[in-house]
Amino acid sequence: MSFDAAYEALTDHDDDARWAYGTGFADPLAGVDTTVPADVDRADLSAYCLALGDDALIMSHRLQQWVTRAPELEDELALANIALDLLGQARLLLSRAAEVEDAGRDEDVLAYQRDAAEFRNVRLAERTDADFAHLVARLLVFATWRLALLDRLTASGDPVLAAIGAKGVKEVTYHRDYAAQWVVRLGDGTPLSHERMQAAVDAVTPLIGELFRPHPTEVRLAAVAVAVDPSALRPEFDAVWAQVLKAATLRPAADVPDEADSGVSASVAQDGADRGGSSGGPAGAGRTDFAPDGGGRDGVHTAALADILAELQGVARSLPGSEW
Amino acid sequence: MTATSITDTDEKAFTETIAKDQRVEPRDWMPEGYRRTMIRQIAQHAHSEIIGMQPEGEWITRAPSLRRKAILLAKVQDEAGHGLYLYSAAETLGADRGDLTRRLIEGRQKYSSIFNYPTLSFADVGVIGWLVDGAAICNQVPLCRSSYGPYARAMIRICKEESFHQRQGYELLMTMMRGTPAQREMVQDAVNRWWWPSLMMFGPPDDQSPNSAQSMAWKIKRHSNDELRQRFVDMSVPQAEALGVTLPDPELRWNDERGHWDFGPIDWSELKRVISGDGPCNALRIENRRRADEEGAWVREAAAAHARRRQEAGA
Repeated sequence: MSFDAAYEALTDHDDDARWAYGTGFADPLAGVDTTVPADVDRADLSAYCLALGDDALIMSHRLQQWVTRAPELEDELALANIALDLLGQARLLLSRAAEVEDAGRDEDVLAYQRDAAEFRNVRLAERTDADFAHLVARLLVFATWRLALLDRLTASGDPVLAAIGAKGVKEVTYHRDYAAQWVVRLGDGTPLSHERMQAAVDAVTPLIGELFRPHPTEVRLAAVAVAVDPSALRPEFDAVWAQVLKAATLRPAADVPDEADSGVSASVAQDGADRGGSSGGPAGAGRTDFAPDGGGRDGVHTAALADILAELQGVARSLPGSEW
Repeated sequence: MTATSITDTDEKAFTETIAKDQRVEPRDWMPEGYRRTMIRQIAQHAHSEIIGMQPEGEWITRAPSLRRKAILLAKVQDEAGHGLYLYSAAETLGADRGDLTRRLIEGRQKYSSIFNYPTLSFADVGVIGWLVDGAAICNQVPLCRSSYGPYARAMIRICKEESFHQRQGYELLMTMMRGTPAQREMVQDAVNRWWWPSLMMFGPPDDQSPNSAQSMAWKIKRHSNDELRQRFVDMSVPQAEALGVTLPDPELRWNDERGHWDFGPIDWSELKRVISGDGPCNALRIENRRRADEEGAWVREAAAAHARRRQEAGA
C-alpha cells in the first residue's frame, strides 16, 4: 500500500459492500420473499416478530454495557461480537414487524419511540448483571433457549422468519458455546469463582420458566406452522442446561418459583385478546386485558427495562425529526 | 544468536537489513535499544486502541439509530481487535500483555493524548471518525513500512479498517449536516473542540521531538511529525469545505508558494498538560481501565485454574 494511494481510498465516494462491515445495508430484508403467507394473521405475525426482535434488542443492550469492562481482551471482542449479532437479528425482526404491520413505522420508530409497556421482550433479557458470572449464566440461558427456537424457525411457513432463523442459528450456536465454556471455567475454577457462578445460576433460574410459557399469539401462529410453541423447546433446554451445570460442578437451583409465574397462564385462555404492541396504537393499548403480574410478552416489565430505555432512547427522543 | 554474545556478524546483518529496507523479524538479532523502542511504540499504540474504545464506547448504548449503533459497535470491536493484534506484536519482542497493562494502569506507559478529551454529543462520534481516525491514518500508513515485520504487517490490516472508520465518521457528519439546525450546530461544536487536539496527535514539532532521529535512522519512523501534520491539514481543509463546517483557525489560508495550507500556532502547553496527566479525562480513562482489570482478575484466575486442572487430568 503506498502512502498516497491510502489517501485516495479515503476521498473517493464509491460505496462498496465493506463500508460498514455489512451493517450499512438499507434494506435488511433484501433478497427474501417478503409476502405474508395467505393464512397468517398480519397483526399476530407483526406482534411475534416484535417480541423476538425485542428479546434481541434488549439483550444486545445489556451486552453493549459490558464493552470496555470485559475481564480480558478476547472477551471484549467476543461480547461485542455477540451484541452485534443480536442487534442484527433485532433489526431484521423489527423491520419485519414494521413491514407486516404496514402502519408507516420502521425499525427505529419501534426501537426508539415505544415506552416500556409496549416492549414484548422476556424479562430475562432486561436483567442487570451483577458480575461476569451473572452475565454468562444469563447468556447461556438466553442463547440455549434462542438457539432451540431459531433452529425450529428455519422451517417456518413465513420465508422471512425462516431466513432469520437460518442466519441466527449460526450466530447463536457460537453465543451458547461461548457462554457454556465460561460457566464451566468459572464453576470448575477457583473456590471464589465457583461460589459466584453458583450464585449466578441461582439468580437466573427464576427467570427460566417465562421463556417456555406460550403466549396466545405464539399458540395461534404455531398452529399455522409460522411460529414455534415455546413449550416444545423445554426438553432441549433442560438437557443442555443440566449438561453444562454438571460439567461446571454446579447444582441446579432447586424448587425456585418463577418470577412471573402467576397471572400469565390465565392470559393464554384469552385467545385473541392480545394485540398490544402490534396494533400501532398508543402506549398501553390492550394491556388492561392482562393481569398486572404477567410476563414480558404481555408488556409487564421490571424497572430495569425503564433504565435501559432511558439510555437507549434518550438522544433520539431529545432531537425529534432528525435523520441519523 | 543470543543477546549476551553479540558478534559483529549479528550487528552487520541487522544494519544491512535496515539499509536494504527489509524487515527485522522476531528471531533476528537486534540492538537492545531497537527492541526497547519497538516495545514502547507498539505498546503505546496498543494502549491507545484500548483506551480509545472508551470515548466512543460511551455512545454505543445511546446511538440514536440502530444502523449507527451497529456501525459504532463494530468500530469499537475493531479497536479491541487492533489492541489484541498489537499486544501480540509486542509479545514477539518478549513483552507480556499483562505486564504492559499494569504499566498502563500505573501510568508508566503512555497512550495517545487525544483520548483524554471528552465526547460531549453524538456528533463527536462522527468527528472522531473523520479527524481523529484521519490523523491516525496519516500517522499509521507510513508504519506499514516499519522495519519491524510483525508491526508493519499489523499496521496494514489496521490502516484498512481505520480508513473505513474514517469514511463512516464522515458519512455520519454529512447526514447530520443535511439534518436539523440543532444537528448542524452539534457538528460545528464538535469540530471546534476536536480540531486542535487532532493536530497535536502528530506530536511535538520536529525540533522538539526527542526520539525522532534514532527512529528515522532505524526506519521505525518514515516521516517527520511536522510533515505528517501538514499532510493532515491539506487533506482536511477540502473535506471541511465539502461538509460545510468551519475549521476553528482564523490563520488557515492557502499558500501558493509552498503549495500547502498555512495554519495558526498550536498551543503546545496544552499538549504538555494533557500528556503529563492533566487533561480533562486522563484520570477517568485510567480509572476505568484499572477497574475493568481488577474486576476481571477473579475471572482470569478461574480460567487459569480450570486450564491447569484440565491439563493435569489430560496428562
